[in-house]
Amino acid sequence: MTTEVLKPSRGYALIAENDVHHHDHGEKALSGFWLFMMSDLIIFGLFFATYLTTLNKMAIAGGPTPHDLFELKGAAMETAFLLASSFTFGLSSLAMKYDLGTSKVVGWLVVTLLLGAGFLFFEVSEFSRMFAEGAVPQRSGFLSAFFGLVPLHGAHVTAGCLWLIVMLVQIRVFGLTDAVKSRLMRLALFWHFLDVIWIGIFSAVYLAGVAQ
Amino acid sequence: MKTENASSREAYLHDLRGYQTGLLLAVLLTVVPFGLVAWGGLSYVTAMSVVAVLAIVQIVVHVRYFLHVDLSPERRDDLHLILFSALLLAIMVAGSIWILVNLQTRMMMPM
Repeated sequence: MTTEVLKPSRGYALIAENDVHHHDHGEKALSGFWLFMMSDLIIFGLFFATYLTTLNKMAIAGGPTPHDLFELKGAAMETAFLLASSFTFGLSSLAMKYDLGTSKVVGWLVVTLLLGAGFLFFEVSEFSRMFAEGAVPQRSGFLSAFFGLVPLHGAHVTAGCLWLIVMLVQIRVFGLTDAVKSRLMRLALFWHFLDVIWIGIFSAVYLAGVAQ
Repeated sequence: MKTENASSREAYLHDLRGYQTGLLLAVLLTVVPFGLVAWGGLSYVTAMSVVAVLAIVQIVVHVRYFLHVDLSPERRDDLHLILFSALLLAIMVAGSIWILVNLQTRMMMPM
C-alpha cells in the first residue's frame, strides 16, 4: 500500500526534477545570450564613442555636416518601424507563452519580419540618397564613423531578419518544439536589444545632427 | 479546469498590458524628443540634455517592459550583468572622448 502511494509521488518528483533541469537549461541558454548581447553592446558603444569624437570641424574636413545630411522624417519612419516590430515580436512571444496556437505565433513573426524589412528599406534608401549627395564613407572622418556605426546596426537587423526566416522554416518543419521555443526566446531578446541600440542612434546621431 | 483557464487568461492579459504599457511609454518618449528638435525653440545644449535624459528613460522602459529585466530576485543576475556592462561602457566611452577631445585641443593650439 505504501509503495503504491510512493510510486506516483516518486514519478511526479522525477518529472518535476526533469522540469527543473529543463528550466535550468533554458535559463542558462538565455543567460549566455545576455552575455553575448552585452559584449555586442560594448562594440556598439565604442562605435558610438568613435562617432562622437568625429563631430568637429577637423573630422568633418570641409565635407557635408550632420545638419546638411540628416532629416527627421526618415529617422522618424525608421524608429516607428523598429518600435512597432518590437511590439509585434512581443505579441508573438505572448502567443507562444500562452499556447494561443502556432498560427498566431507565426502570424506576428511574419508581421515583425515585414516591419524589419521596412526599416531596412528606409535605411538603405537613406544611404543611397547620401551617396548620391557625395556623402560617401571616404569623404571625411565623420562620414567614416557614421558608416561604421549606423550600418553596423543595419547589419544586425539584417541578421535578425535572416534568423527570423530560419525560425519560420524551423516552425514549419519541426513545429513549436521546446528547442524551437528556446531559440525564439533568444531571437526575441536579440530583436528587443537592437531596438534599444536604435534609441542611442536616433538620439545621438539623428536628433543631435538635426538640432545642430 | 475552468479556473485554470481563467487564471491563465488573466496572466495573459497582465503580460499583454505590460507590452502595451511599454509601447505607449516608448512612443511618448520618442515623439517628445523628435517634436522638440523639429520645433527647434530650445538652445542646442538644452535640447540635447533633454534628448539624452529621455533616451536613458526610454532604454530603461525597453529593458523593463520588452526585455523583462526588473528588480525581482529572479532577474537579479541579468540586471547585474547589464549594470556592470554599462559601467565598463561608460569608462571606455568617456575615456575615449576625453582623450580625443584633449588631443584635438592640443592640436588646435598655436605653436
